[in-house]
Amino acid sequence: MYAITSKRTLAKGVIEMTVQAPRVAAHHKPGQFVIVMSDEHGERIPLTIADSDPQKGEITIVFLEVGKTTIQLGEQFNAGDSLFAVVGPLGTPTHVEKFGTVVVIGGGLGVAPIYPICKGLKEAGNRVVAIVGYRSKDLMFWHDRIASVSDEMLVTTDDGSFGEKGLVTDALAKLHDGGAKMDRIIAIGPPVMMRAVSEKTKDWGVSTWVSLNTIMIDGTGMCGGCRVHIGGETKFVCVDGPDFDAHKVDWGEMFARMKGYAKEERMALEADHKCKLAFEALRR
Amino acid sequence: MADAIDIVELGGVKEGDKKKPRSKEKRLDIACQDAKERIHNYNEVALGYSPKEAVAESMRCLECPKPRCMVACPVHIDIPTFIGLISRGKFHEAAEDIHKYNALPAVCGRVCPQENLCEAACIINDTNPHNPIAIGRLERFCADYHFLHSDGEHAAPLKPATGYKVCVIGSGPSGLSCAADLAKMGHKVDLFEALHKPGGVMMYGIPEFRLPKAIVQKEVNYVRSLGVNIECNVVVGRTLPVKEVLDGYDAVYVASGAGYPNMMGIPGENLNGVYSANEFLTRVNLMQAWQEGVAGTPIRRPRRCVVVGAGFTAFDVVRIALRLGAQEARIVYRRSRDEMPGRGEEIEHAEQEGAIITVLTNPVKYLGDENGFVRAVVVQKMELGEPDSSGRRRPIPIKDSEYEIPCDTVVVSIGQTPNVLIPSNMPGLKTRWGSIIQANRETYMTTVPKVFAGGDAITGAATVILATRAGREAARSMDAYLRDPARAWYPPA
Ligand SMILES: Cc1cc2nc3c(=O)[nH]c(=O)nc-3n(C[C@H](O)[C@H](O)[C@H](O)COP(=O)(O)OP(=O)(O)OC[C@H]3O[C@@H](n4cnc5c(N)ncnc54)[C@H](O)[C@@H]3O)c2cc1C
Ligand code: FES
Repeated sequence: MYAITSKRTLAKGVIEMTVQAPRVAAHHKPGQFVIVMSDEHGERIPLTIADSDPQKGEITIVFLEVGKTTIQLGEQFNAGDSLFAVVGPLGTPTHVEKFGTVVVIGGGLGVAPIYPICKGLKEAGNRVVAIVGYRSKDLMFWHDRIASVSDEMLVTTDDGSFGEKGLVTDALAKLHDGGAKMDRIIAIGPPVMMRAVSEKTKDWGVSTWVSLNTIMIDGTGMCGGCRVHIGGETKFVCVDGPDFDAHKVDWGEMFARMKGYAKEERMALEADHKCKLAFEALRR
Repeated sequence: MADAIDIVELGGVKEGDKKKPRSKEKRLDIACQDAKERIHNYNEVALGYSPKEAVAESMRCLECPKPRCMVACPVHIDIPTFIGLISRGKFHEAAEDIHKYNALPAVCGRVCPQENLCEAACIINDTNPHNPIAIGRLERFCADYHFLHSDGEHAAPLKPATGYKVCVIGSGPSGLSCAADLAKMGHKVDLFEALHKPGGVMMYGIPEFRLPKAIVQKEVNYVRSLGVNIECNVVVGRTLPVKEVLDGYDAVYVASGAGYPNMMGIPGENLNGVYSANEFLTRVNLMQAWQEGVAGTPIRRPRRCVVVGAGFTAFDVVRIALRLGAQEARIVYRRSRDEMPGRGEEIEHAEQEGAIITVLTNPVKYLGDENGFVRAVVVQKMELGEPDSSGRRRPIPIKDSEYEIPCDTVVVSIGQTPNVLIPSNMPGLKTRWGSIIQANRETYMTTVPKVFAGGDAITGAATVILATRAGREAARSMDAYLRDPARAWYPPA
């Protein structure tokens, strides 16, 4: 149904796939995501749409091989295979208008989803300053693409193997301390990074937005599994978000909820691993 | 289809012979899986009548000339006629006859709250209390027999193609029955479903042990066989913008159900281990999390589970919790037993399986452990006061009556409301209470031209039979609308 048209490894464990999903590609706006099922028995996982090509009817997804499904996708699915389900584009699109100067931060895997956002903001007439951060040089990807849709780009690596040594928050603080104009900040990446950005910008008076990646099932507001407190009110991330005012997010709850299935997930991975070992032993 | 049925052998009457109804006899129990056994599996609990049992039960029916059961049935199935056909061994004819009125007999025979509808009205209650004809079980028997002993297709001549294109949104009972009828009327029907499997609540909500998914899929296949194009993974309002639907079709039926879970908004509700009923049920039913090692979707295996509420949903949840291995699974309900809206048979089955029911009790907050997982619910005792707007006595908290119930899983089953995705994306569509779509109860027309709506989307969470009825009546109304050259006679919602 949803044919994979290309697949490549961008960095260790980071996979880029293009998938045929014409209806999704035709209507995708920056900040939206899809729910993907690898096969009929698979789980439904949310992945941000990193790019779309309405002419070809294709969307691009980028994922890290960390969980049961992403590992399966990385190891067993190749160009020519098909995904069982791709649903989207879901979520409220990122708010795009002419703000002035927008600092867009992508950390690790978060570099992929900021691509359409930078592109959209630039098309709306903003000056886009991108900060992209990686653990080290060999994990870098898409910085060239981000450069093509931003006016200025800063690269950080944790170990200093490329660009500035340090975290994205260090680069952001440096910009701010240097008196750089910023009318809005958007940060996407691991929750710890988004929280760190939020804490940094709290006293600056700059509106800061993050894209939350909670556990989801349907992605349409039906299960409430994605819920989290925002400004004291329960919100469903899949429909009310995924973008929220960073300063209103209940980060403690967000972190706790992300670990809701850590035990089950670990058990599933171990079981898979054992199956594989047993299977290999049999083959030998 | 002519099977050799020896109706005399089965205890019925030969065609032309006079039936001697045995209404004084007790209603025939349905064979069930033993409670101790069934809590370890997901197979259907009620096993259904054999032909001999069905005939025996049918022989109790008086076949009243003025049947009260028929009046009480929301779709007015000709109950005495189909039961009479069973008594005479005409099982297929009985199934066909039911199908004239009800598009989903195999489903409704299993899940309708008959004890409040047709069976409550049965005249035998007057002389032989608590022993009405088991109409639901007989309906199920006919539908199952027909599925098993024929190609499952209902005699349905399609009318010549009209050239009109109709869009149906949502594949629950309402959308499916509307789509089927529109197709039979000769219209070209596209049905869009947001989830990856069609069936609506019948797939994601009602568990396998009460409604086998194979039955739902048979109904879906039948609708497909009529030429309806069912496309899954299409969220109208996102994947397919509402404007494209309005531009691309001559008429639209919105049957998007009531899928938005209500929560109570009390402290601790977002702790891990606190689920909405929809999430719990979706993981188990649609995503099949009960099949450990097969399904990719995880579910918490509760040890002590508290289920808040006492409707259909709450009883389904509590019975699933037991099957997932819960040592204690408890319903907590703020009113008394008499007000519990759940289906009688289900309450009985749940108690046989070991569910505990704690009435006149309401949660006030949830307590968590250091990792953000629920460890207890604090509840408050209630007493009943004056009747409220629903006619039921209003529960009032008793002061200083709070106590803790330890638990590791909580499932909040206090009802669902419609999703706002379609209303908020369809300019001009009027709603009540923010999400219930306003539609005329005779024509099913909404406040937007050429858009009709029915089922839970216009009533809030109700029943399969009401959703089915709305689908069929709306199909008739849409057909009239499409064939009317002026298309102006419709009163707005
Ligand atoms: C757990 C549970 C148990 C129940 N048990 C019983 C019972 O025993 N007996 C009984 O009579 N009733 C029961 N009910 C109620 C009954 O299931 C519903 O009243 C009935 O299914 C309503 O049918 P519907 O077609 O209106 O909506 P639904 O069955 O809710 O179907 C709506 C469909 O529309 C889809 N949809 C929604 N929005 C969109 C969109 N934007 N684009 C595309 N698709 C969309 C949804 O995914 C869904 O599949 C139960 C309900 C629950 C939750
Ligand atoms: S993922 Fe189910 S409501 Fe958001």
